[in-house]
Amino acid sequence: MSKEPVAVVGVGQTKHVAARRDVSIAGLVREAARRALHDAELGWADIEAVVIGKAPDFFEGVMMPELYLADALGAVGKPMMRVHTAGSVGGSTALVAASLVAARVHGTVLTLAFEKQSESNAMWGLSLPIPFQQPLLAGAGGFFAPHVRAYMRRSGAPETVGSLVAYKNRRNALKNPYAHLHEHDITLEKVQASPMLWDPIRYSETCPSSDGAVAMVLTDRAGAARAPRPAAWMHGGAMRSEPTLFAGKDSVSPRAGRDCAADVYRQAGIADPRREIDAVEMYVPFSWYEPMWLENLGFAAEGEGWKLTESGVTELDGDLPVDMSGGVLSTNPIGASGMIRFAEAALQVRGLAGEHQVEGARRVLGHAYGGGSQFFSMWLVGAEPPAS
Amino acid sequence: MTREEAPGARDIAVVAFAQTDHRRTTDEVSEVEMLMPVLHQVLERTGLKAADIGFTCSGSSDYLAGRAFSFTLALDGVGAWPPISESHVEMDGAWALYEAWVKLRTGDADTALVYSYGKSSPGSVRDVLTRQLDPYYLAPLWPDPVALAALQAQALIDAGATDEPALAAVGARSRADATANSHAQLRGSVSQGDYLVRPLRTGDCPPIGDGAAAVVLAVGERARELCERPAWIRGIDHRIEAHGLGVRDLTDSPSARLAAERAGAYERPVDTAELHAPFSSQEVVLRRALGLDETVRVNPSGGALAANPIMAAGLIRIGEAAARIHRGESDRALAHATSGPCLQQNLVAVLEGDPR
Repeated sequence: MSKEPVAVVGVGQTKHVAARRDVSIAGLVREAARRALHDAELGWADIEAVVIGKAPDFFEGVMMPELYLADALGAVGKPMMRVHTAGSVGGSTALVAASLVAARVHGTVLTLAFEKQSESNAMWGLSLPIPFQQPLLAGAGGFFAPHVRAYMRRSGAPETVGSLVAYKNRRNALKNPYAHLHEHDITLEKVQASPMLWDPIRYSETCPSSDGAVAMVLTDRAGAARAPRPAAWMHGGAMRSEPTLFAGKDSVSPRAGRDCAADVYRQAGIADPRREIDAVEMYVPFSWYEPMWLENLGFAAEGEGWKLTESGVTELDGDLPVDMSGGVLSTNPIGASGMIRFAEAALQVRGLAGEHQVEGARRVLGHAYGGGSQFFSMWLVGAEPPAS
Repeated sequence: MTREEAPGARDIAVVAFAQTDHRRTTDEVSEVEMLMPVLHQVLERTGLKAADIGFTCSGSSDYLAGRAFSFTLALDGVGAWPPISESHVEMDGAWALYEAWVKLRTGDADTALVYSYGKSSPGSVRDVLTRQLDPYYLAPLWPDPVALAALQAQALIDAGATDEPALAAVGARSRADATANSHAQLRGSVSQGDYLVRPLRTGDCPPIGDGAAAVVLAVGERARELCERPAWIRGIDHRIEAHGLGVRDLTDSPSARLAAERAGAYERPVDTAELHAPFSSQEVVLRRALGLDETVRVNPSGGALAANPIMAAGLIRIGEAAARIHRGESDRALAHATSGPCLQQNLVAVLEGDPR
């Protein structure tokens, strides 16, 4: 049995900000969902199932919030599922929704991810003591900084690379009306002068805490034929997991990430990602993860990722633009961040990315990861339907 | 279109099931330690190793564990190296099984491992479950699940659908049946007890306990290789209702009825039904909605009134129904799982053995 091709025909997101005090959680998710439906020119009745994702329930203090959100998302009388795979959840949620279409269980599905971090305190949510586990009391930056150090030592990358990524992504964010951080006076010097938080990670090389939601309408071939605007077609998608900590784990380039990318490229018939993929929306919460993931995803040989960054290849007008939207560095509603990468990849191949559109983007990768670099989810979308 | 209407859809079966002994407290074991024996057992039953599994999916809740990302540690119990294709739902394991079923239907995998677990003992589960209510209007009032179920029970009594002796009989039958289930937490004669919240007495309510369960799914011929009598999933569907109790008829379960219809449950009679009804009154609602008469064997395992490890109890219903088919005690069974206050969300699967 061949799979049904999956098309993205609607994308909607909220303007991401530090605190959306004007809306409830339900109001926030409904705003994104309505925009996705509007893009697809569909109504609530056209949606057969809802797949929702977010990072830990402790971030808002609501256990299994999908139960309370059923009404707001028009899910009453429909199937509704809730995915949770840590930071990669936005990507995983989209992939679960895509499987419903690919397996011909449903024709048109709404998928949505959100985080309303202002309702609670994410640092607290991540710092509950776990018996027999090493405490990560310094937050995510404290966990990832040593791995960045390991990368610098291994690759010989100069200390300036991290600030180049942050400077690029914050400038890209100025072109994206939905991005959280709009730093109009950003300069490379300002990034480099920002306080050191977790050496070598500076304040301006970290992501903000955002309130925000993103939604997509996924549909089958027949649904795509009826869509008013161009569709983005899914050419490959995969998830991979490995434990957080174990002897022999390569925290700089985890095998789960490499395997996940290889699976996506196999499905999409990509032999040389560097040449055949036009742009990447990559999950980069700390700037140094751009060169690290460029290697992990097969865009550069081991130890060479930073050279792509340094030479301007990953700039918006470069040969392989990365994080055209401004990325996680500019917008981070944690549970939604992965799906924003997937959705921005779709907008690019649909030609609907606005000011941050990459001219002629035909195949774009959306990438997400989570936990201690242990959960990965990715999809590759194209402007044309898949061949088989 | 959740039943096998799609052309060329693959046959998918439950080929193995394992569960823990469900207990009031398990202070001495971590979640991984509770889960690992179950994972080993379910794999042993098929002869598969973790590395042979095409897709893995789990269900659990951070709020029971009391910490964020709790499922990431449980993954260690699977032995996730080399990296596995894996996902997780913050729901009962029955929905993890649904995700795995969808994945197998896409053709991306031929086998799937599904597991779920929950430890209710570390906290006050009645208080914890209030946190899954509408956070602005309802949760601040702290209505607990027993109080909400009591509203439902009273609505049923007021509608003439049941009475207190009939509810007591549901509990008594469940615990009597559980004497044959060595995993159950409450077995044999259990006192109906005092009112917990009128009209529900302790005997109408589930035990609070810890436990885990795991299932292996396989497609087509692979299922026949792994299991003498596979329990074929003929249909599976789930539906959700409005959250606000004020806009629902608590004496009915339209979402369970719709899920059953979409799963094909009404096409031919079932001989067995494993219902996830933590309160005696909820069995009354589900029997009515699902059209189950006295000819159907309901909850021969003892059901959730005998053991209710939250997040695993729904998956256990599918596992118990499948195991009866494996053993040749059932030919066509209905399995049901629920989530949310007063049966807000319901999943129905129809399982069949090959004709004998």
